[in-house]
Amino acid sequence: MLLELHNISKIFGTGCPECLVLTGDDAERAICPRCHSVIAVNNVSLSLGGDEILGVVGESGSGKSTLLQIIYQDITATAGEIYFNGITERSGARTNILSLSPSRTSWIRNHEMSMIYQNPHLGLNFNFSAGGNIAEKILGSGEKRYATIRQQALHYFGKIEMPTSRIDDYPDTFSGGQQQRIQIAKALSSSPRLLLLDEPTTGLDVSVQARILDLTRALQYEMGFAMIVVSHDLGVINHLTDLTLVMKNGSLVEYGLTDQILEDPQHPYTQLLVSSKL
Amino acid sequence: MSDRVQQYKLTVSNLSKSFKLHNRGGTRVHGFADIHLRLQCGELLALSGPSGAGKSSILKTIFRTYLADRGSVLFRRGDGSTVDLVSCKESQVLDLRKREIAFVTQFLKILPRISALDTVAHPLIEIGETEENAREQARNMLDRLGIRRELFELSPLTFSGGEQQRVNIARGIIAPKELILLDEPTASLDQKSSNVVLELLGDLKRRGIAMVAIFHDQKKIDLIADHAVTVTREEKQ
Repeated sequence: MLLELHNISKIFGTGCPECLVLTGDDAERAICPRCHSVIAVNNVSLSLGGDEILGVVGESGSGKSTLLQIIYQDITATAGEIYFNGITERSGARTNILSLSPSRTSWIRNHEMSMIYQNPHLGLNFNFSAGGNIAEKILGSGEKRYATIRQQALHYFGKIEMPTSRIDDYPDTFSGGQQQRIQIAKALSSSPRLLLLDEPTTGLDVSVQARILDLTRALQYEMGFAMIVVSHDLGVINHLTDLTLVMKNGSLVEYGLTDQILEDPQHPYTQLLVSSKL
Repeated sequence: MSDRVQQYKLTVSNLSKSFKLHNRGGTRVHGFADIHLRLQCGELLALSGPSGAGKSSILKTIFRTYLADRGSVLFRRGDGSTVDLVSCKESQVLDLRKREIAFVTQFLKILPRISALDTVAHPLIEIGETEENAREQARNMLDRLGIRRELFELSPLTFSGGEQQRVNIARGIIAPKELILLDEPTASLDQKSSNVVLELLGDLKRRGIAMVAIFHDQKKIDLIADHAVTVTREEKQ
């Protein structure tokens, strides 16, 4: 398995010993009645193979984005372990990547994982040109020769079907859909093993959305990385993913093949979600 | 006992399925119960019965789109090992779907922005065929199924129901997997197209492909099937 999460939890607030049992799916709440902390992610375990595409669905506030941010280590988990792509201690024992030094953490973020954010301001530096943003990621992944970086940046810019003449323009001169495509080019330019996408097409018009989803699928097929896609849109999940995880009140309530989740949902919340699809 | 199971490509035992609707006060809807099927390589098993009897649900449960209540679906893999599709891990199902088991649904479910030719050629490219060869084979297959050449470069979603079904079948069998599940493969086809499809299914049998297919027409069953199972609507629970 490329990625394994063991009992990951995230508590916003002081927390108390009973937080995790008093919240989650069975308790039907995400706020601890004792200490009033918010339990954003409650004891989630999952594993993902190297070429698998996992969708994460759930209502807003169910913890899906928090889960993604924990994997990418934008935020720290309160409890649990993550194992990734055979990363080991010097002794050879598997190591929990949440306990790595900052330099090894940033190595993982630069080489092995990339994130595409719903808000392009989080994924792109608006003070750099589009090409500069891509170059930053390539530089981070270890390539230091200017000519190679430039050539690579042009290569990935071409991959997202953008005219290479625009590579030196700044992100704020591009449309929302184009900014998302630049994020994709930036994210893939380090040839990551895992691509994380947080609502990548929310707020874009449907034709642009379709184009971005087609592009993502084609690049995944060509380059062969694993993906985790957070979306509240079941159409996106159906289109893009093989496996689906359903979250509610911070808990994982259902996991299965995407077609099974959509056609034979088991959990009451999943049934409600699927029956609410337009 | 295990030796006898081993020689079948697919062994379905005691397979049962019902649906619990939580948003309807936990109502249980009957799907099907106690289904037994056995199939060897190169054989076609026909499922028939009145609509609502659960024929499509049986195929979907074999494919793991539906989760079974009980029973087993033993599939013998190309490497000789046996896996229970009811209980194996999701990752393993994905792997089997990629390499060994295909489902040809009644209705075309594809991306709206890909041409008929590319839709049909894709499974060949996936198993390593060159793009040129794949497109050539796809052209031949579509020709044989009577799809007009002027339609090849258009999205099949703009086609008529019968044309869509033929594209769907072409895509499902052009790079045949060892087990193919077919949901009414001739449902919306005229006599001529329907005969071509039966011919193609006959070719697949000769190549050792195992198939479970839903048919309504007894004549077709007599022509193509090695076994026929009639599914009834009666509840056994």
